[in-house]
Amino acid sequence: MTLHSAKIGQPVSRIDGIAKVTGQARYAAEPHPAGMLYGFIVNSPIARGRIEAIRDEAARAVPGVVEVMTHLNRPHSALFEKSYMDGLGVPGSPYRPLHDAEISFNGQPVAVVLAETFEAAREAAMRLEVDYERWPHNADFEASLHQKYMPGKTRSNYVPPKSRGNAAEAYALSPIKIEGRYHLAPEHHNPMEMHATTVIVEEDGTFTVWDKTQGPQAVQAYLTSALSLSKDQVRVRNPYVGGAFGSGLRAQHNVFLAVLAAKMLNRSVRVTLTRQQMFTHVFRPEAVMDIALGAQPDGTLQSMIVNGVTDTSRFEHNMENLVIWGLINYKCPNATADYKVAPRDTYTSSDMRAPGAATGVNLFEMAIDEMAYACNMDPLDFRLHNYSDIDAMHDMPLTSKALKEAMHEGAERFGWQNRPMAPQSMRDGKDLIGWGMATGIWDAMFSPTSARATLTADGRLHIATAASDIGTGTYTILAQTASEAFGIPMEMIDIELGDSTLPECPTEGGSWTAASAGAAVWLACQSLREKLFKAVGKSGNISAWLTEGLSNNTTVLKDGFLQDKGADENLRLSLSEALSLTGQDRLEVEETAKPGLRGTISQMRKARFTHSAVFCEVRVDEELGIVRVTRLVNAVAAGRIMNPKTAASQVRGAMVMATGMALHEESLMDERVGRFMNHNFSEYHIPAHADIPDMDVLFIAEEDPEVSPLGIKGVGEIGMCGTAAAIANAVFHATGQRHRNLPITPGD
Amino acid sequence: MTDVSVASPCHLQINGKSYSADLPPSVTLLDLLRERLDLTGTKKGCDHGQCGACTVLVDGKRVKSCLILAVSIPDAEVTTIEGLAPDGHLHPMQQAFIDRDAFQCGYCTPGQIMSAVALLEEGHVHTREEIREFMSGNLCRCGAYNGIIDAIEQVLAQHQQDRAGEAA
Repeated sequence: MTLHSAKIGQPVSRIDGIAKVTGQARYAAEPHPAGMLYGFIVNSPIARGRIEAIRDEAARAVPGVVEVMTHLNRPHSALFEKSYMDGLGVPGSPYRPLHDAEISFNGQPVAVVLAETFEAAREAAMRLEVDYERWPHNADFEASLHQKYMPGKTRSNYVPPKSRGNAAEAYALSPIKIEGRYHLAPEHHNPMEMHATTVIVEEDGTFTVWDKTQGPQAVQAYLTSALSLSKDQVRVRNPYVGGAFGSGLRAQHNVFLAVLAAKMLNRSVRVTLTRQQMFTHVFRPEAVMDIALGAQPDGTLQSMIVNGVTDTSRFEHNMENLVIWGLINYKCPNATADYKVAPRDTYTSSDMRAPGAATGVNLFEMAIDEMAYACNMDPLDFRLHNYSDIDAMHDMPLTSKALKEAMHEGAERFGWQNRPMAPQSMRDGKDLIGWGMATGIWDAMFSPTSARATLTADGRLHIATAASDIGTGTYTILAQTASEAFGIPMEMIDIELGDSTLPECPTEGGSWTAASAGAAVWLACQSLREKLFKAVGKSGNISAWLTEGLSNNTTVLKDGFLQDKGADENLRLSLSEALSLTGQDRLEVEETAKPGLRGTISQMRKARFTHSAVFCEVRVDEELGIVRVTRLVNAVAAGRIMNPKTAASQVRGAMVMATGMALHEESLMDERVGRFMNHNFSEYHIPAHADIPDMDVLFIAEEDPEVSPLGIKGVGEIGMCGTAAAIANAVFHATGQRHRNLPITPGD
Repeated sequence: MTDVSVASPCHLQINGKSYSADLPPSVTLLDLLRERLDLTGTKKGCDHGQCGACTVLVDGKRVKSCLILAVSIPDAEVTTIEGLAPDGHLHPMQQAFIDRDAFQCGYCTPGQIMSAVALLEEGHVHTREEIREFMSGNLCRCGAYNGIIDAIEQVLAQHQQDRAGEAA
């Protein structure tokens, strides 16, 4: 049997599939070093104050307990706040676990109980007694709005909104207006795997840290800085990550505490959060957006005014790109936007799938639907009428924007042309039926990334980069990339990811990994092939056809063999034979993909985005108000699609999460204690099988060689953007009732 | 005070192998598998019976192993994902999950597969809607639901063909 090289763009099945369906894939809480201790975190039940006393006699009396680590007895960690800064660039004073007696948020770790068994650690944690001095706090978002502010130093990725024209005057003069306050409840990421760390103390005293993270090198940098360790003392691994959705962008307290405990006791340690404790750290911020739109009677937008606020903690200034999306995506002569953050006494909110855009695009697209109806115009026609071919906020051209094509193809697939305009006009028995649509937009990013390609004596190709596959299909698309770039079957490729010792790769997130790591692997494979050809050519001891081919540049590498372009299949040389001719047992290259001069200029002159058009059908039980999503079509324009099978899964997955955003998900704060109270899966509902219909994902042809070296834009976030709005707009079409709060509860 | 180290006898058949030990009564079947037997294919997603990641078969029926104390099911036969296809081949459900891209991060996957295998044994599902209903105890945050239903439907169709073949 001849094995053929895979091509970019083929729907190949995941290469990590067998490990995952057989239970062999090891996640952060799953290595089991000898003599490992279990750490169980004890959390503060108050939101603000200080620890007065810790009584640990009862906890220590539990058989198997080895230590109760608190701020009083912990080993040395860095003093200064700047040592705890991570790669996410959130300004402010980062939280320092077990630093001192002060409590800044409910759920803050106050101790870690370490025991020989999980059961003993859990039991002892319940027996720890802590006295607190309580200080007044505010955990109410409404109340915090009075203290909203613009941070003096902004997050590195923050895009300030840019005004055009005179929005206030144009709004006042517009014959058709809508105005309203739109709101999104806070949400928790809730990956199925809880945050966990296993620290293995190696024989030489170094730490191998298995952590649930999206960035092993970022966690390594954080640990070395916060715990005053050298880089060669800490290796961070995350070959498999049980989902993250942004919760693994920052180093979470479990990894710090696990390494701190391992350092204290010189023993391997595992710390796993409980599902309840997953609600004590990062979450998608609660948000309000005040949106005012003005238009001419023919549906031409005249003015857009967007003022938005998201929450942050009292100690850090988390920021999102919340208010800019409508200003970028719609043609409108007058527009202005303003953004602030509001502080409350909780942990710092953080990035969750499509941060800023998931909130900002969906809420804005709900307002656009209202405006279309105010103009008595079909919502699709209204969007086409106000379509912008450029980034209208920066007045910049785009590398590509096939949104119009996405709108047309999506509408056709859905059957939008048969939609009656009037709400409450479709019904089946006691179900009201509604059709809604919205558009989506997300950044298309590319970051410098390195990759190593190695050819070994057995003729296999090894690819290594410190990327993380958090379920995104990265292993698979990098194997496809290497297969095409080098000319070798997928079966002869090994992909190594998720290890801080591998070539540098930015933290996984923002949909930039496919474009960035893909480009690095492509470059490394091409460079390795050239190196191989050169080495073979120099070896002297080769057949005439090969000598000739190499000097005439007609030798190719195809399906794992060196052969002459179009020549006899018998005249070919396997990779292991080729390598042995060179007298070496391995050939290796490392390359870094960067935007380069041309790319950097392009990034300054042209904006780059992924776009989508989402169409939705809902059924609303007229008596009970139950909403069921019955059809979803998403037409996505995202440049080159590496693997339509895994890419469609990415988009569908985000559409599921967006369904939760529209209808189910809401972290409920008890302001009196400052805690999210529904901290479990029965009270915080994430969509289940029965909530989700068959979803149709279409990829729109979009060739864009300028956006990134391989023409990739990324697909991880785009499914979030627009889908929740399409559902909300469909609920309006079904019921005639507008909802400006997500999640929607009809009858509210 | 409860002494969590006081042990009780525990006898189980796990993936066809006999297991006997004295265990503290607070050890769940899930923690026994993961922390004491290194069978980490069974996942912990909530520890409260709300997510289904820890689904295993006990005496052929799907159960949430986080809700069962290991000492409470004497002599039970336990099958985990590691024991589903012990001869090194994939179970048809495992193959269908790969074919249909029925997972992303893979963390809920062993629980989904065990639940799906038991579901078809239960024999009461015939449509996609019924599969959705009876699989709703297994959450997937990556949202691979469409693929999971496709995979189960693929194996269900094979079952029905096999049965038709036997009848003929």
